[in-house]
Amino acid sequence: MTTANKTTLSHLDWLEAEAIHILREVAGQCSNPVLLFSGGKDSLCILRLAEKAFRPGRFPFPLMHIDTGHNYKEVIEFRDQRAAELGERLIVRSVEDSMKRGTVVLKSEDESRNKHQSVTLLEAIEEFGFDCCIGGARRDEEKARAKERIMSFRDEFGQWDPKNQRPELWNLYNARSHKGENIRAFPISNWTEMDVWQYIERENLGLPSIYFAHQRDVVMRAGSIVPVNVPLASSELINQPKAGEEIINMEVRFRTVGDITCTAPVISDADTISKIVLETATTTITERGATRLDDQTSDASMEQRKKEGYF
Amino acid sequence: MTTQHNDSLLRFMTCGSVDDGKSTLIGRLLFDTKSILADTLTQMDRTSKKRGLEVVDLSLLTDGLQAEREQGITIDVAYRYFSTGTRKYIIADAPGHEQYTRNMVTAASTANLAIILIDARKGVLTQTRRHSFLAQLVGIPHIVVAINKMDLVDFDQATFEKIKADYLSFAEQIGLQRAGRDIQVVPLSALTGDMLVDRGDAMNWYQGPTMLELLESAPAAHSEQNEPFRFPVQFVCRPHASDDKDLHDFRGFMGRVESGEIAVGDAVTVLPNGYTSKVKAIQLGEEQLQNAITEQSVTLLLEDEIDTSRGDMIVKSDQAPEPVKQISGMVCWLSETPLSTARTYIIRNTTRESKAKVGAIEYKVDVNTLEQSEAQGLVMNDIAKINFKLAQPLMVDSYSKNRATGAFIMIDESTNNTVGAGMII
Repeated sequence: MTTANKTTLSHLDWLEAEAIHILREVAGQCSNPVLLFSGGKDSLCILRLAEKAFRPGRFPFPLMHIDTGHNYKEVIEFRDQRAAELGERLIVRSVEDSMKRGTVVLKSEDESRNKHQSVTLLEAIEEFGFDCCIGGARRDEEKARAKERIMSFRDEFGQWDPKNQRPELWNLYNARSHKGENIRAFPISNWTEMDVWQYIERENLGLPSIYFAHQRDVVMRAGSIVPVNVPLASSELINQPKAGEEIINMEVRFRTVGDITCTAPVISDADTISKIVLETATTTITERGATRLDDQTSDASMEQRKKEGYF
Repeated sequence: MTTQHNDSLLRFMTCGSVDDGKSTLIGRLLFDTKSILADTLTQMDRTSKKRGLEVVDLSLLTDGLQAEREQGITIDVAYRYFSTGTRKYIIADAPGHEQYTRNMVTAASTANLAIILIDARKGVLTQTRRHSFLAQLVGIPHIVVAINKMDLVDFDQATFEKIKADYLSFAEQIGLQRAGRDIQVVPLSALTGDMLVDRGDAMNWYQGPTMLELLESAPAAHSEQNEPFRFPVQFVCRPHASDDKDLHDFRGFMGRVESGEIAVGDAVTVLPNGYTSKVKAIQLGEEQLQNAITEQSVTLLLEDEIDTSRGDMIVKSDQAPEPVKQISGMVCWLSETPLSTARTYIIRNTTRESKAKVGAIEYKVDVNTLEQSEAQGLVMNDIAKINFKLAQPLMVDSYSKNRATGAFIMIDESTNNTVGAGMII
């Protein structure tokens, strides 16, 4: 396919070019990077960007997913399918294994495993000796992310210290690290939720089905829509309704996917990507505000989790 | 918000302190372009009420990290996003206080336009001079001087004209208008919104563009100068182990066009070795391109087999710079550990690195008075002219001609920290 001469870059072209540049800097500067891939929309964009950055070669890094064991099975199936189509290596490490090792201890059986992903991630980094993890975080997601570097430095304990970050000027990224330390690289830092959807539309990317409107059993809990009786791959059901809660079957979709226990859907009839783009343009609620049950506890909860090694 | 087709992108920065209403200005831009969503507004409203305010304090939007809130200051550059449907904007919001010179330099490094805020009650202050000097140093081509808080001077035209004249005479003095830099002055009230997105009706005496109109019409980066083609190699793709036999001889040079443009068939030179060849193909993913333009990330294939690796630079043969082993530049010191003239640092310029020794500190500049003085060493936030000796040759342009190839960072090998930011003279 040959394309006509360009004279200027559209905003999506520019964001794409910046992200490809960042991915190549990781490949050029780090000796053993890994791309964190969950099957979610942001990491699917990054896979597409990696294709543009490195084909016809193989990716200069494996893919890795930290699985809480409480992910939507549609997403896990999509994750495996996509990795196979690309012919790239996928590593999966699970929070359940950390629980068996005793490095993750839940306060109660129904405590969300989401924040414990950090422990499993750090264990995997040590196991493989990764010096850089590429992730799909965006600065527009949350206040604590607005000041995040594109190459973010983590110490030997995986900790993010907002006061000890390297200045980042021009596009001269410094991804150096000593043994045991780690860089988190965020190629789509400068993208908004809208940019992500517009890119998915432009590149015609496939997505797990739960991003599109579908019927689902939910309950209303403290102002949020909570999916209930969700089947896991093992066909075990999680998120049981509490006593007295009324189950409603509703048309919903997910704006963000993650651990079932802390990701809420939104009411929507958007069943195509172009309808989702339109819906994103007219929504009045932020992505995390509507859908993340773990960020509403305090103004600083994301900042706190990042300091502890969360992505 | 109707953000279907943004046809361009502008990065800009805001310079000013909390007192100038900088946070309110950013909050107002986001609010009036409908970029703040309801849940965020509700949270701001809740916080405003908790603090005993009657209306929503828009400055809360740019309120920082817990660590900063506790100290009541901003300690780092924050990035914000909004779009108007025709353009996407990335704001670098930097604290304006003297001790944060390094943050301003950081924010300025990627900005194509700077908004310099002046409080209409106070006029041109020392900090205005500092912000203007730094904007000039870091080569921001477009300056918008926002004379804010016009509501507090009864939207008085004479006050505006006086400050405008003061500023322009100061700008003349420091040579801010040189090199085609464009300076616009606009009166506004971030609090009431007059002349920001909407004109309002309090300042009908002002006929010029509003702040948003200035942002919408500012030229995009690299669009105004005819820059030479510079393509630093980031990564070399050699899929010789692939199952596809056609790829056994594939050798793709991957990088971003830092400046200028290139087309298939153009004669190129690979530096520092000086090998010459022609461009055989330009690829972006599966697409075959006929040309590539500034800031585009592509893969170049050359006619001849040339041994090339990361850190080399592909240029057009008739625009090749001479590799140099000595450079001189303005350096902003970023680290809490002072510069040591006895030590060796790593200098990174595009994708290339070299060990560097500080030859001499020619002079240090006071960012407030712009006076030059002798210096033996540098501490954080100092700005000085330094000469370096390099172990490896670098392919540089002067920063005033080319921001991409004229910029460098200094890295301390013992900590791997980025300790200095430099602009080649």
